[in-house]
Amino acid sequence: MQFDTISDFFNMGGYAFYVWLSYGVTFFCLSTLIISSARQKRKVLIEIAKKMDREERLKETRSTK
Amino acid sequence: MWKWLHPYADPERAYKLSGTLFPWFATLAGLLIAVGTIWGLAFAPTDYQQGDSYRIIFIHVPAASMSMAAYMGMATAAFIGLVWQIKLADWAAASIAPIGAVITFIALFTGAAWGKPMWGAWWVWDARLTSELVLLFLYLGVISLYASFEDKVLAARAAGILAIVGVINIPIIKYSVEWWSSLHQPSTIRITEKSTMSTEMLYPLLINIAGFGLMIGAITIIRFRAEILARNGMRPWVRELAKAEEVK
Amino acid sequence: MKRGISFTQAFFTLLQRDLKIAIRHRGDIFNPLLFFIMVVTLFPLGIGPEPQMLARVAPGIIWVAALLASMLSLERLFKADFSDGSLEQMLLSPQPLAILVLAKVLAHWILTGVPLIIIAPLLAVLLNLDGNSYGALISTLALGTPVLSLLGAIGVALTVGLRKGGVLLSLLILPLYIPVLIFATSAIDAAGMNLPYDGQLAIIGAMLVGSLTLAPFAIGASLRVSTN
Repeated sequence: MQFDTISDFFNMGGYAFYVWLSYGVTFFCLSTLIISSARQKRKVLIEIAKKMDREERLKETRSTK
Repeated sequence: MWKWLHPYADPERAYKLSGTLFPWFATLAGLLIAVGTIWGLAFAPTDYQQGDSYRIIFIHVPAASMSMAAYMGMATAAFIGLVWQIKLADWAAASIAPIGAVITFIALFTGAAWGKPMWGAWWVWDARLTSELVLLFLYLGVISLYASFEDKVLAARAAGILAIVGVINIPIIKYSVEWWSSLHQPSTIRITEKSTMSTEMLYPLLINIAGFGLMIGAITIIRFRAEILARNGMRPWVRELAKAEEVK
Repeated sequence: MKRGISFTQAFFTLLQRDLKIAIRHRGDIFNPLLFFIMVVTLFPLGIGPEPQMLARVAPGIIWVAALLASMLSLERLFKADFSDGSLEQMLLSPQPLAILVLAKVLAHWILTGVPLIIIAPLLAVLLNLDGNSYGALISTLALGTPVLSLLGAIGVALTVGLRKGGVLLSLLILPLYIPVLIFATSAIDAAGMNLPYDGQLAIIGAMLVGSLTLAPFAIGASLRVSTN
């Protein structure tokens, strides 16, 4: 361990703001990207399912006529 | 010679293969980034010139180098898609673009946050920063061109042409910007040379570079799979997946 | 079987046609030029009338205004042909698309690039440009504006089928213009300090040759995508 105490570690030799800002923004950007990418699949599948539902209803109304 | 590759151009097969590859990419990336970042933040020695502010390097350099690599990957995929008409390559290119843009933004932001304590300014018209900014513009151009076509087959082709034109231009832009900044700028601003970096600092950096590369691969796989599903909505195997999702 | 007219004939026919159309709509020639003049005159009002300062920033102002004017005029390069269907006829013709596209871009450059080069020294006088720099200004514009037309045409060809292509166009092509801007302004700066500037000119010339050979193919491929 390079730092003697935990508060030293968080202080980063006086550059705490810049170092933690960089790491924080990076973490935030990457997690937003990953979460939005992971949700994309579900969104696509639900959209396809909805489309299938619509097609089915269309078929039903046509056959009852 | 390349015949064995052809079956993988089938969307369903590619979907399943990328699904089996994904856990490997994700766990390796997570592991490497965790090790590299903790090593870099807590265990690497303090730089005698820059103090602890240099620890930004462990995300800045991986992001910067991977932003270029991701562009190259995107352009290669686009080229394959244009020349051999393989739709999977087009979808891969489309899924890399947003990731590359985010990585480029991270490289720019961390560069600014590092520049403030070192150079005294958030933004300096330094050659590397400027060419990174241009790279971000190129990414945004590709993304918005892809988004503005209704027909995604055409969109992929148009964005692919733009990505390839950008690749030819990147070396020219990079060279011209470097030349420009050496003309306009006093040479007082220089980051410490890389070659003198001690191995204690170099190893976590290399680990993080590898980790970032794998992470980009993992996110690309996630987006690629979603893209395959979105473009194959009429296929029975996708419809089955959709039905299963609806029941959930 | 008759293959139609030769490549040279096709090139000049299309060039003549485009020039004729443009001369009949004179506004299309003058509007980008007026825009160029307006942008340049706005700068002294914005940053103050001190001659030294204006002379210092003149190369940059003239070149940035030239970039914007060229982009503005490029938007209409394929628009009319696209909407009346003659672009599709060109794509179907037996002549290679690259040659036809080159003719169209050349016509565009004659109509917008050349007037710009003629009017630029006048604006340089307004901006109090250094006396040594005029030769560099004209030669960089002469070599650089064709590059702008060629690179810009790629972006236009990609966006011609889109309804709101205008804003997108600037995002697509302005990054590609950066090298031209850098070398052109530094050539003018060097000339102002009585330094040799043929190195920069040679690089712009190389860019012109490179884009002249490669851009027509990219433009052709983009047009095929857009008209699909």
